[in-house]
Amino acid sequence: MNDETIIPGPQRQLKPHRLLKFLRQEILPTTFCPGCGCGTVLNSFAQAVEELRIDPKDMVFVTGIGCSSWIPSPYFKGDTLHTTHGRPIAFATGVKIMRPDLKVVVIAGDGDIAGIGGNHLVHAARRNIDMTVLMVNNWNYGMTGGQVSPTTPFGVATTTTPYENVEHPLEAAELVAAAGANYVSRWTTYHVFPLMESIQRALEIDGFSFIEILSQCPVSYGKMVDMRKASDFLKFYRDRSVRIHKAREMSAEQLEGRIVVGKLVERQRTEFAASLRRINERFREDEPVRER
Amino acid sequence: MTTQRRTRLSRFEDRTLFLLGDEAAAYGALYAGCDFFAGYPITPASEIAEVMSRELPRVDGYYVQMEDELASLSAVIGAVWAGAKAMTATSGPGFSLMQENIGYAIMTETPCVIIDVQRSGPSTGQATKPAQGDVLQARWGTHGDHEIIALAPSSVQECFELTGAAFNLAEKYRTPVIVLMDGEIGHLRESISFPRFDDVAREARRLAEPETDAFGGEPVPPMSRFGDGRFIHVTGSTHKASGMRDVSTRAVHDELVTRLCRKISDARAQITNVEEDIAAGARVGVVAYGATARPARGAVLEARRRGCAVDFLRPLTIWPFPEAAVKRLAERVETILVPEMNLGQLAREVERFTSGPVVPVSKIGGVAHTVDEILEAILASSPELRAPVG
Repeated sequence: MNDETIIPGPQRQLKPHRLLKFLRQEILPTTFCPGCGCGTVLNSFAQAVEELRIDPKDMVFVTGIGCSSWIPSPYFKGDTLHTTHGRPIAFATGVKIMRPDLKVVVIAGDGDIAGIGGNHLVHAARRNIDMTVLMVNNWNYGMTGGQVSPTTPFGVATTTTPYENVEHPLEAAELVAAAGANYVSRWTTYHVFPLMESIQRALEIDGFSFIEILSQCPVSYGKMVDMRKASDFLKFYRDRSVRIHKAREMSAEQLEGRIVVGKLVERQRTEFAASLRRINERFREDEPVRER
Repeated sequence: MTTQRRTRLSRFEDRTLFLLGDEAAAYGALYAGCDFFAGYPITPASEIAEVMSRELPRVDGYYVQMEDELASLSAVIGAVWAGAKAMTATSGPGFSLMQENIGYAIMTETPCVIIDVQRSGPSTGQATKPAQGDVLQARWGTHGDHEIIALAPSSVQECFELTGAAFNLAEKYRTPVIVLMDGEIGHLRESISFPRFDDVAREARRLAEPETDAFGGEPVPPMSRFGDGRFIHVTGSTHKASGMRDVSTRAVHDELVTRLCRKISDARAQITNVEEDIAAGARVGVVAYGATARPARGAVLEARRRGCAVDFLRPLTIWPFPEAAVKRLAERVETILVPEMNLGQLAREVERFTSGPVVPVSKIGGVAHTVDEILEAILASSPELRAPVG
């Protein structure tokens, strides 16, 4: 494209993208930086919704603060609750309990979900409340300019670890699996097709489903590690990733610096909102009046 | 759902019960139509959660104990947008944690009720002892320009009634409402009679027509609800009447925040509720609220018995501040005493509406004022009767 003459807008007859119907088109274009992985996540998510033929009217999106919270809010045309930093899962808990018929989806970043809101992540997974959480992990606080986050790799310099990051990163997917979620996977924006399938499965699962999506941030994070193009990250994800069934046969040393991708957990623990409803069922018929 | 609720709650009708203030507040919420409670245990508010966890399933409502107070108010707000009438209850430390989401509820115009059973602070303070130290936190705890509604019950009966009133005010003005209880009232056990279920006023939620803006266009716009196919966008960021975020247009922010403040400040006269007990020729007035209003009233009556005319003003509404009632009092008396279980919080607000002296009668340490302590302050301020208490 760089070497070609740019055709002026009015003469271009582009067919609208078939997934555009899912977006609030009046507020496009998005505010994402050039090369940001959020577009890939949005695309994969919209594709999954299309495949499952979910009516967006039956979905509620709950997001926090950070770049990836903008993926559904405001861009996705659905009910969107854009909450305080770190709290989307807690807000979503209230929504789901009151309206179990609606599909509740949380899309937010590693800082939001694993950092400031980490407690809610653990406990929502433990309750196994039915919602789909996509944690878009770009290894830093991108919106605020590239500060260290709970997932930043060890040894990396950021704007607030100018010498090197001496904290160990959190393995969020493993944490959520241990906490009790019904479905957990990890993919990257390089693995678009498995990611789409995984989002579909997560949306179908009854219970807490969680996907950690490694997603490039070439502007805020890339500037610090000299990976300034989206393709630098995609190649990194391709070269460093290892499928989980292979990873299980590898030693800790062999897995050093690798990204384990695939499905960590799929199970059928009892779902929380439905359990609350079962308690209410006991009182449906009026009990005899008892003196206290 | 209402039938089940009526059946369950009607059993208390026309009966005198002996309840804690905390328990009465929970029943006030249930009568008002509360069908969602999210909370986190904390002394002296835990009994509210215990009653709600027992009763909500019986009226087809939902109780959830969250992982902290941040999550509790978050879940409440989420539930409200999904159609619930919802509440949380806490004490000072939890109330501090809720401040950010109180601002979110104000900005997104989410009706909800937050009970703060105040205890002695700062920090963990005297965890099991009462105080009235959160009066100004209730007013200014969350950042940015805002107005708030806060009510202060002085009896177990009022815990029931004002919690119900809080739900109705929340709906009417589409805003969070705080019930500022204190540990003294919350853990006080006294007689209470419940009204007939059908006699209780319940403000219904006004829902927007499909094409009506849910975040502007009138002082208190009608609300929307998730799942109605409107694709509503709810954000704590500055937003237009449609709800869509606009953080860069000065006029949008000015219009929004000014409206959010004025919908409450302009309705001050309708919202504020005070008890006035005027004594002819009084030169001293006492302003007291919550638990402190009880010994204060006793002291006022005793002073009068001794021939000292004293005015008594009890704000049931703390915020918006009952300015008019305080101005009236200030015109009648020379000195205003403000007994509080803090080092002088509401006294500062009283000072703004009088040119005469305002004397805080402060007591902290987790012990309520005695009648004699307040009486002594009254007599010390009364030119006609400066006799020692005895």
